[in-house]
Amino acid sequence: MESKHVHQQIAAMRQSFFDEEVLDEIFSQLEQLEDQNNPNFVEEVFTMYFRDSTTLLETIEQAMKTVSITLAKMDRILHQLKGSSASVGANKVLNEINKTRQVLEKGNLEGTKAGIWEMRKEYDSLKAKLEPYFQLKQANSVPKEK
Amino acid sequence: MNSSSGKSYMSTASSSVLWKAGGDVVADQFPAGLRVLVVDDDPTCLMILEKMLKSCQYNVTKCNRAETALSMLRENRNGFDIVISDVHMPDMDGFKLLEHIGLEMDLPVIMMSADDGKNVVMKGVTHGACDYLIKPVRIEALKNIWQHVVRKRKNEWKDFEQSGSVEEGDRQPKQSEDADYSSSANEGNWKSSKRRKDDEDENDERDDTSTLKKPRVVWSVELHQQFVAAVNQLGIEKAVPKKILELMNVPGLTRENVASHLQKYRLYLRRLSGVSQHPSNLNNSFMNPQDATFGPLDLQALAATGQLPAQSLATLQAAGLGRSTAKSGIPMPLVDQRNIFSFENPKLRFGEAQQHVNNNKQMNLLHGIPTTMEPKQLAGLHHTAQSMGNMNMPVLSHGSQSSQNNPLLMQMAQPQARGQMLNDSTVGLAPRLLSPMGQPMLSNGMATNVSTRNGVPENIRAPSYNPVSQTSSMLNFPMNHTSELPGNSFPLVSTPGISSLAPKVAFREDVNSEIKGSVGFMPSYDIFNDLNQHKPQNWELQNVGMMFNTSQHSNSLQGNLDHTQSVLVQQGFASGQNRNSTVISKAMFSAGDSTGHMNAQNGNQHLNSLLVDNTVRVKSERVADAAPANLYPDHFGQEDLMSALLKQQDVIALAENNDFDFDGYSIDNIPV
Repeated sequence: MESKHVHQQIAAMRQSFFDEEVLDEIFSQLEQLEDQNNPNFVEEVFTMYFRDSTTLLETIEQAMKTVSITLAKMDRILHQLKGSSASVGANKVLNEINKTRQVLEKGNLEGTKAGIWEMRKEYDSLKAKLEPYFQLKQANSVPKEK
Repeated sequence: MNSSSGKSYMSTASSSVLWKAGGDVVADQFPAGLRVLVVDDDPTCLMILEKMLKSCQYNVTKCNRAETALSMLRENRNGFDIVISDVHMPDMDGFKLLEHIGLEMDLPVIMMSADDGKNVVMKGVTHGACDYLIKPVRIEALKNIWQHVVRKRKNEWKDFEQSGSVEEGDRQPKQSEDADYSSSANEGNWKSSKRRKDDEDENDERDDTSTLKKPRVVWSVELHQQFVAAVNQLGIEKAVPKKILELMNVPGLTRENVASHLQKYRLYLRRLSGVSQHPSNLNNSFMNPQDATFGPLDLQALAATGQLPAQSLATLQAAGLGRSTAKSGIPMPLVDQRNIFSFENPKLRFGEAQQHVNNNKQMNLLHGIPTTMEPKQLAGLHHTAQSMGNMNMPVLSHGSQSSQNNPLLMQMAQPQARGQMLNDSTVGLAPRLLSPMGQPMLSNGMATNVSTRNGVPENIRAPSYNPVSQTSSMLNFPMNHTSELPGNSFPLVSTPGISSLAPKVAFREDVNSEIKGSVGFMPSYDIFNDLNQHKPQNWELQNVGMMFNTSQHSNSLQGNLDHTQSVLVQQGFASGQNRNSTVISKAMFSAGDSTGHMNAQNGNQHLNSLLVDNTVRVKSERVADAAPANLYPDHFGQEDLMSALLKQQDVIALAENNDFDFDGYSIDNIPV
C-alpha cells in the first residue's frame, strides 16, 4: 500500500540521524520498546520531550536576560535537560549540555550562557529533523522493520 | 515472603533453578510480576521507564511526585516490592524519600539520576539505596532489579538465622530443602505469598513474618521501646535477636523481625555515633536525671551549635531548673527535641549508644533531655502527670507546642516516675515524652501551658508531630531510666508545628478515663504523622483520645504514665495521619522501655495490638523529611523522625507550614 518510496525515504531519514550523530543508540533502545500495542511509542516520547524541554529552555533563556540569573539556577535546569535528553537519545543536544555544564562548573557565567545558546541550536535542529520524520512515519504506518 | 521458613533465602543463588523446581507456579514466572513503583518528576523519563519496566514484565506504577509516592506506599504497605526514584525532584529530595521508605516500609529503593558524580552516588549509599542508576537508564539495568528484592529478604532471613537458636538448627535442614522454597516464596510474595505462609506456619511463629511477603511488622514506638529496652538489658554487644525476642515477649513478633530491626538499629547507632557530637554527653545527660537542668545535655553547646534554638535552650534550662514550671518554655530541653526525638533516639538507645545521637546535636539534646528531665521532672510531673497522665502525650507531639507538651510529657513522665507510667501504658507515650518537652512541662501537672513551643524544638519537625518519633528515640534512651522518661517521652512534643500541642485534649486530669477524648496527646503522635505530611489535622486527637480510652482500660492506667503511654500510643496511632504509627509506637516503646518494664506489656501489648491494628501511624515520615539526618533510612521510621528532628529548620518550617490543627491541644487547656 504505501509506496516503497516513502518507506525508503523514512528509512533514509532515520539513518541520517545516526550518521550525523544527532541520535544515539538510546534511540534504538526506545524503538525496541515499540510493539503492537504501542506502535507510536517513540513519537509519544519525543512529543513529551519536546514539550517539556521547550518550556525549560524558555525558562532558562528568559532568566538569562535578567540580571539575577545564577549559575545554580541554570545548573538545575541543565540537569533536568540532561536527564531527559540522555533518555531519548538526543546525542548532540546532550553533548552541548555536558559542555555547558563543565563551563558552568568553572564559574563562567558568560561562557555558560553561550553554551546554552549552542545547545538550543542543536535542540531546534533536532526538533526540525524529527518532527517531519514522525509525521511521515505516522502517515505511512510503516511497520517497524528491524 | 519468607516463605515459611526463611530458609529458602539461603539458596538464592540457585533460586532460579529452584524456582522452577519450586512447584509453585509462580516460581517460573519470577521475576515477572515484580511490583515496581517508579518516581520521577520528568515526564519523559517516567514514560520511558514505565515502558521499559513493563517490557521486563514487571507490574509498574508510575508517579511524578515524591509525596504521592509516599502516600501510595503508606496506604498500601505491602503493595510494592521495590521503588525506583529520581534524586532531584521538586517537592522532595529523592534521598529523603529514600529514607522514609526505608524506615517506614523497608522496601529496597533504587536511586537514579543523570548526575553520576561520586558524591551523589555516595549519598545514595549512605542513605541506604540498594542501587544507583545513571540516566539514560538502559533496559538491561532494569532487568535485574529483582535481585535487590531477593537479596533483602535473604538478608532478613539471615538475621533470623543467625540469631541463632536451636530452631535454626532445625531449620537448617529445611532450608536446603526449601531452597526453592524461598525462591518460590519470593514469587509467592509477588504472586501469592499467602500460599507460602500457610506452608510455613508449622515452622514457627515466624510464619507470619517469614514468608517473603510477610506482612511488614510495624515498629511502633512502643514496640521499639520494648526492643530498645531489651537490647539495653542485654547489652548491645550481646543482644541477639532470639534473646531480644524473648525479653520483649511480644506475641506475633518473630525473631526475624527482631533481627532485621536490630540490624537497622545497629546501623542507626553507628551512624549516630559518627555524627553525634556529644555522644557521651547525651548519654550521660540522659541517664542522669540528676539535675533538673539538662546540664548534661549541654544545652548551651547544643544551642550554640544551632541545634538547639536559643529559646529552646532557655526553655530547657528553665525546665531543668524548674521542673515545676515546665510550662512555658518547656524547659524541656526538648528544644532539640526535634533532634532528639527525631526518632533517632529510639535507635539511640540511650543506654548504649547515646552517641548515636548523631542526628546532630539535636538528638543529643533530646537524649539528654529526657533523662535529665525525667527524673526530676517526673517527680514534679507526677502530680501533673497524674492528671495529665494521659495527657502527657499531647505534649509531645506538638513540637512547637513543646512547651506545652512538656507539661504533658512531664505529666507522663511523672507517672513514669511512678514507674509505671510508661510501663503500663506501654504507650510509647513515654517515649514521646522523651522529648524533653514533656519534662518541664509536666511538672505543673501539665501545665498546659506547655508553651513548649520554645522548648520543644522541633522535635516534631514536620508538621506532623514527629515529636513522637522523637520521643521514641528519647524514650528509648531515657527509658532506660525508666522513670525519667515518663514525662519526656513525649517526643512528640517536638513537632514544631504542633504548637498547640496542648491538645485541647485537656489532658484531663484524670487521664485515666478521660483520655478518651483528650487525645491531647495526639499531638505527639500526630506530629510524627504530620511531620511527613504536614497534616496538621493529623492530630486527630480524636483518634488519640479514643485510643487512650482503650489503653486506659487496658492498663488500668493508674500511673498516668501508663495512660499517657497508652495514650501516646494511641495517639500515635490515632494521629494516624498516617504517618508512622510506628513512630509513635516506637516512642511508646521507648517509653515503655525506659520505664524499665515493659510491664506495661500488658498495656503495651494492648497498645501493641492497638498500634498494630491501627493504621494510625504516627507518621514519622514527616520527621524524616524534616530531619536532615538520614537516620537510617531503612531502619526505623524513627530515624526519619530523628532526621526530621534534626532538621530543625525543616521541622520548624514544616511546623509552620503545616498549621497543625492541634489547636485543640493547647496545653494551656489541659486541665491539670
